[in-house]
Amino acid sequence: MSGLVRIRGLRKSFGTHLVLDGIDLDVREGEVTVLLGPSGSGKSTLLRSINHLERPDAGFVEIGGEIIGYRHHRGKLYELGAREITRQRSQVGMVFQQFNLFPHLTVLENLVEAPVSVRGRSRKQASEQALVLLDRVGLAGREGAYPRQLSGGQQQRVAIARALAMEPKLLLFDEPTSALDPELVGEVLAVMKDLALSGMTMIVVTHEIGFAREVADTVVFLDGGRIVEAGPPAEVLDAPRHDRAKAFLSAVL
Amino acid sequence: MTSLEEKPGDLTGSTPPSGDPGRPSDEELLAAKLVPLRRPGQWVSALVLLVLFAMLVHTLLTNSRFQWGVVGDYFLQSSILHGLELTLWLTAAVMASGYALGIGVAVMRLSGNPVLRTLSFGFVWLIRSVPPLVQLLFWYELASLYPQLSLGIPFGREFVTVRTAHLFSGILAAYVGLTLDIAAFSSEIVRGGILSVAPGQSEAAQALGLGSGRIFRRIVLPQAMPAIVPASGNLFIGLLKATSIVSVIAVQDLLYSAQLIYNQNFQVIPLLLVATLWYILLTTLLSIGQYFIERRYARGSNRRTERGFWQVVSSNVPLFGQSGRQLAGLS
Repeated sequence: MSGLVRIRGLRKSFGTHLVLDGIDLDVREGEVTVLLGPSGSGKSTLLRSINHLERPDAGFVEIGGEIIGYRHHRGKLYELGAREITRQRSQVGMVFQQFNLFPHLTVLENLVEAPVSVRGRSRKQASEQALVLLDRVGLAGREGAYPRQLSGGQQQRVAIARALAMEPKLLLFDEPTSALDPELVGEVLAVMKDLALSGMTMIVVTHEIGFAREVADTVVFLDGGRIVEAGPPAEVLDAPRHDRAKAFLSAVL
Repeated sequence: MTSLEEKPGDLTGSTPPSGDPGRPSDEELLAAKLVPLRRPGQWVSALVLLVLFAMLVHTLLTNSRFQWGVVGDYFLQSSILHGLELTLWLTAAVMASGYALGIGVAVMRLSGNPVLRTLSFGFVWLIRSVPPLVQLLFWYELASLYPQLSLGIPFGREFVTVRTAHLFSGILAAYVGLTLDIAAFSSEIVRGGILSVAPGQSEAAQALGLGSGRIFRRIVLPQAMPAIVPASGNLFIGLLKATSIVSVIAVQDLLYSAQLIYNQNFQVIPLLLVATLWYILLTTLLSIGQYFIERRYARGSNRRTERGFWQVVSSNVPLFGQSGRQLAGLS
C-alpha cells in the first residue's frame, strides 16, 4: 500500500533561521501520525507546508500522487496559480490551535460556507450534511449559535466538523487542544479518536502523549527541523533511542 | 451560640478579638443602612451647565435679530431646495466613488507587491497633505496647467483629445477633488479595519479552499466592518459639510444658494441659519443610519446590544427620558 502523503527533502527557513532541515515522511491512507517535539522544532511549519500555507524552500509534498503547490515541467517546478492551490487545499482539512471559527457567522453558516462556494453544493444540501456532522461531533441543536456563545471545546469540535464538511482526504491538526481548559481537552480528543477509528487519515501536532499512545499508528519526533525518531508509539514513546527524545519524553510524561 | 464562637481570639466570634468597647457588633453592622458617597461636585457642574443651556435657549428665542420668521420663509424656498438636492447627490456620489477607490488603495497597501504598496502610500501621503480647498482649486484651474487631455498610447499616438476648459466645470472639479480626498482618508480607515481582523481568519478560510476574493468579501470585510463603520460615519458627516467648500467655485450647493439670497436681501444670519438647520437635519439622519449599520455588523460579537433604537436615544437624553433614575444616580 503506497503512501497517501509523501514528503521528501522538505526544507524551510525564516530569514537565517532554519526551521525544516530535510524532512522525509510517509503517511499511509487511514493512518494517524502524531508529530511530537519541543517548541521551535518545526512541527507546525511542517504541518502548514502540507497544504501550502508555507512555501517550502526545497523539497516537495505529494498527496495522492499530486505535488502540492507546484507543477513539474521539463526539470522545473512551477508554482501553481491561486485557483489550483485553492483546489488542492480543499482536499486537505485543517484544525487550528485557536479554532479560527468565523465569529460573524453562525455554527451552521461556518460549516456551509466552503461546501457551497467551493464545491458548488446547494445551500439546502450543505445544511443537511452540516447537521449530520454536528450530530457526529456531539453538537446537535447548536447550529444557530454564534462561536462566541460556545465553550472552547465546543468551538474546536465545530472547527473539526467544518473541516469534515469538505470531505477531505486528509486532516491536519495543529495543537488542537493546547488552547483549551484542561477539563475540555477530553471531549475534543474523543472526537478525534472517533475520526481515527472511522479510517480518516490524520496528521496531528500535539503534546497529548496519551492520545499518541492510544490512537497513533506512527509517532514522529522532531528536533531542530529534523526527524530524529519515527515508529510505532510503543517504540518511540517507551523505548526512545535518541537522547533528545528521551529528555523530552521524560519531561512531558 | 456554639462553644466555638465563645473561644477568645476566634475570628468568627460576634465580639471583636481586641475587645474594643466602641466597635459595633456584627448584628449592628448587618442592620446598618448603606449611605453612598455624596458627590456635590456633580450637582454643581450639572447646575452650571443647565443654567448656561437655559441662557442659550433663551437667547435663541428672544433675540429678535435671529429673525426666525425669515428663516421659516426661506427654509423650503425652491432655490434652497435645489441647493440641498445638489449637496445630497454630490455627497452620495463622492462617498460611493471615494470608498470604491479607497478600498482599492487599502488593498494595494496590504498587497505583497512593493510597487503597489509604495504607490498606495504615496497617494495617501500626497492627498492627505493637500487641503481639500486647495485641491479643489487645482482641479478647477486644470485647464491652465493642461489645456487638453488625450487618450492614447503612453508617450505615443493620441486617439481622443478633450479641451479641459470644457471638461472641468465647477461640479466636476468638486466631484474629482472630494473623491480623491475621501479615497485617501477612507483607505486608511479600511486598512485599519482589515488589520484588526485576526490573521488566523483568512488562514482558516484558505485552508478550506476559499478563493481570495471570496475570503475578502465573506470573511475579512464583515469582520472589519465594526472597526470601519464608526470612523466612516464620521467621514460621511464630515463630507456632507465639507461639500460646502464648493461654494468658492460658484457651485450652487446648499450654502451657496443661501449666500446668493443674502447677497440680494442682506438677511445674512437668517439664511445661514436655514443652511445650518438643514445640515443639522441631514447629520441627524446619517447618525441614525449609522446606528442601524453598526447594529447589523455587531452580529456574533459580544458587543451586540439587544436594546432598541428608542432605548438608546432615551438613555442618551437623561433629562427628557430617564430623568428620575439618572438624577438619582447623581446624589
